[in-house]
Amino acid sequence: MPKFKPAWMVLLTGGVFGIFFAVLVKLGNPPNMGTCLVCFIRDIAGALRLHHIDKVSFLRPEIIGFILGACVAGLVAKEFKAVGGASPILRFVISAFVAIGALVFLGCPIRMFGRLAGGDPTALMGLLGLIVGAWIGVLFLKSGFMLGRTRELSKANGWVIPVFALFLLILLLAKPSFVFLNPNGHAPIIISLVIGLVVGALGQRSRLCFVGSIRDIILMKDFHLFQGIFGFFVLCLVMNLFLGQFNPGAHPMGHTNHLASFLGLLLVGWGSTLIGGCPFRQTILAGYGNTDSGMSFLGMLVGAGFAHNFMLAGKPSGVSINAIIAMIVGIVVFLIISSTNRVR
Amino acid sequence: MAKEIDVRGLSCPQPVLLTKKAIDAEEKEIMVIADDIVARDNVKRLAENSGYDVKIEEKEADFVLNIIKK
Repeated sequence: MPKFKPAWMVLLTGGVFGIFFAVLVKLGNPPNMGTCLVCFIRDIAGALRLHHIDKVSFLRPEIIGFILGACVAGLVAKEFKAVGGASPILRFVISAFVAIGALVFLGCPIRMFGRLAGGDPTALMGLLGLIVGAWIGVLFLKSGFMLGRTRELSKANGWVIPVFALFLLILLLAKPSFVFLNPNGHAPIIISLVIGLVVGALGQRSRLCFVGSIRDIILMKDFHLFQGIFGFFVLCLVMNLFLGQFNPGAHPMGHTNHLASFLGLLLVGWGSTLIGGCPFRQTILAGYGNTDSGMSFLGMLVGAGFAHNFMLAGKPSGVSINAIIAMIVGIVVFLIISSTNRVR
Repeated sequence: MAKEIDVRGLSCPQPVLLTKKAIDAEEKEIMVIADDIVARDNVKRLAENSGYDVKIEEKEADFVLNIIKK
């Protein structure tokens, strides 16, 4: 009889992540950013010179750790399996717009909950956008939206993303001149890496997903995954209070363009529902063989590069007109993909 | 005759969504074939929460979930 995981695994993963999110800020990660999946993928894009904003360029060991931690956990649990082929290029495009939406808002769903747990009220419009986005995605799921079936691939396919993560780790340690590493704004590398490995492995075991949580509640009133968000938010809040990082009303590195915040995370909620998981879940899945999620990871990397090259990313000073145009384009693209990939 | 649903290769949340359609149609017996542990666990949780008994058999690389109304 196969063994099933009780929900405390999801709760534990969310809780541990929440604690580490706050601790990493104390240790040097940017305030109010903590461990943001998309922001850190953006930093990797910068380090690899896919954009040239030096301030946001670093090979984030947390991301490397998530991928490698999920890879090891998947191997140990015998769940590492190379699969793919369910509309990979559509997933790439959707994920690029997910990254752009998150960077307009300034945060993936994890950072949004982290911002709320730090007392930032501007994140509330993001939460609303995320819920509405997931709800739109669910409407299309209910009307038959599907990206097709994956099939098993040769093992080498499954190893591409873990080897890429290993390559990033080597670059981070060797510091060759062709990568740019901002010396500021990060916790000690070894601590970030170990935390990334732990959260990555827990994420693989628990299947924690920040958009899946909301989707499952809308779709079937299932609060299983939501326990992860609950654990994350409560322990991140407690930790912030303990470390003196809870500043009600403050929004360091956030902006007050509420419409942009709403639309940014609407794209994230909608897109993540279409591809079956939030940026964190995609990164974890990419770590243990899912090449479709690997395409999502690469889509976010390229989207993050575009976000800065085309001046789409939000800044504390505000949001550009380019960003609003990009989000409208994103909504149109999602509408086309959502309505042309339905099976009855 | 059990209603048969093949969810192999489908990603989250399609396996659950297809099973839910059969549950909403008040099928008494449903057989779900899955090739993924996440899909297996999610379908099992949904069926049990909806008042069904679930028995799982492993057939080569697949899982066969026999879902029967209590």
